[in-house]
Amino acid sequence: MSRFRRLGETGRAPIRLTIDGAEVWALAGDTLMVALLANTAALRDSEFDAGRRAGFCLMAACQDCWVWTEEGERLRACSTEAADGMRIVTRGTAWRIDAS
Amino acid sequence: MADRRVVVVGAGPAGTRAAERLAAAGLRPVVIDEAALNGGQIYRRQPAGFTRPAEALYGFEAGRARAVHGAFEALSGLIEHRPQTLVWHIYDGALHLLCGTKAERLPYDALILATGATDRIMPVRGWTLPGVYSLGGSQIALKAQACAIGAEVVFMGSGPLLYLVAYQYAKAGATVAAVLDTSPFSASVKALPALATRPAMLAKGIYYTARLALRGVAVHRGITPVAIEGDDGVAAVVWRDAAGRERRTACDAVGLGYGLRSETQLADLARCDFAFDPIARQYLPVTDQDGRTSTPGVYLAGDGARIQGADAAELAGRLAACAALRDLGHSVPAAEFASLRAALAPMAQFREGLDTAFPWPAHFAAGFADSDVVCRCECITAGDLREVALEKGAPELNRAKALSRVGMGRCQGRMCGPAAAEVLADALGVPVEQVGRLRGQGPVKPLPIATEIVG
Repeated sequence: MSRFRRLGETGRAPIRLTIDGAEVWALAGDTLMVALLANTAALRDSEFDAGRRAGFCLMAACQDCWVWTEEGERLRACSTEAADGMRIVTRGTAWRIDAS
Repeated sequence: MADRRVVVVGAGPAGTRAAERLAAAGLRPVVIDEAALNGGQIYRRQPAGFTRPAEALYGFEAGRARAVHGAFEALSGLIEHRPQTLVWHIYDGALHLLCGTKAERLPYDALILATGATDRIMPVRGWTLPGVYSLGGSQIALKAQACAIGAEVVFMGSGPLLYLVAYQYAKAGATVAAVLDTSPFSASVKALPALATRPAMLAKGIYYTARLALRGVAVHRGITPVAIEGDDGVAAVVWRDAAGRERRTACDAVGLGYGLRSETQLADLARCDFAFDPIARQYLPVTDQDGRTSTPGVYLAGDGARIQGADAAELAGRLAACAALRDLGHSVPAAEFASLRAALAPMAQFREGLDTAFPWPAHFAAGFADSDVVCRCECITAGDLREVALEKGAPELNRAKALSRVGMGRCQGRMCGPAAAEVLADALGVPVEQVGRLRGQGPVKPLPIATEIVG
């Protein structure tokens, strides 16, 4: 289920990302937030209650739209441009702590 | 003198005009902005590859937007533009910057802060559900990305942006389920004399409202929000109409906001004096009429100083640059100061009219249930705030922050600050100015652990 609705500008080149391992399509020039929310309903789990979160301010002020790459890098989705090949995690712990 | 470094923070209308005036005086200012593209939020630009004309993005303001964008582009080579750069701290006469993962210290001789504003939020039960966005955020989704925040959108809150964004959504083909305005129609009537000081602005407001009616969008005034409902995302807004009847509007997204809130954290870090502004109900940095703060060499312009909108921001940006130039020993004609001050004069009265027409609903704070979330970062509730006020003796916001963590989360109080102040003041039974303001702390936004210091 998607959250955002595209109302135009759909003639841009397609790009391919994965969300939690599933392949999705977005458009070149999308912010990461739009690329994700045009395909899915939320961006992350709240650390302080049972809910999911999907961003709020879209202007880099609230920090509600953090997502993680599969490598564990944190990205602010509203101010990051989506790029072909991004592999994004929206659920659970994104990073691995190697036992050593 | 030519070696003096003047830094402008913000590349919106105020920052653009400030930089333009500094460059005209032969300086090469550094312009720092968090965004990749200039324009600020109001004149936010769409990325390369998008094809909508300025008229589709900015409506009546297309000419203004083009002029501001054009002015900035004309400065290419005359300024040092640093996009995608965060000012995360200010101390000892230097800015602390972060670009990507690189941190840098940048000393300045003069600093013009044109940091703009964010939406002023009054929480409502359910406002942390996926699908609830700020009004400004709702507008950015459309303006910069050609997206609606949902398939059926309710716009709730108050202020001119409520009607503008609803109109823009309807015009772009989105379904607007309702416009729910907490301010009563009588408030608009009361504000008419002050609003008439800028007849063109008043006419635009009337136009948006009329167009919404023509498109069949339901507009309700004098409402009281009850809750935003849904399980894993927005499903409906519950509200009471002006007659007190409870109603329910099905939707999958909500744009929420009550006017704007000046972004003042950098001014705070620059140790500028603040005073309570009874119109904004916010502590704002104290400036003289030209934008000088109490800290020598630090100037403010635009909505980050006080909310007066984009046209006023252009004037104030140029005026602050004139003040900085004069203080640095440059000659600035007295007539230039006089004409800018005169042009700014009616803006303040119009602003007061807007606050009369669309008052901040401070009284909602008293009506929150103890379980209602005030701080969305860490789910701190109205009950948590009442407890630190009444049982742990927090007499003001910073003590309440220390005890409850309100304002300590990732947004640093940008979203919850105004409402937290109202909840605390209500619990203590004191005027809101008495609970003070959240002190700015560096870093103003979270930094990555892997930060490399390069300067």
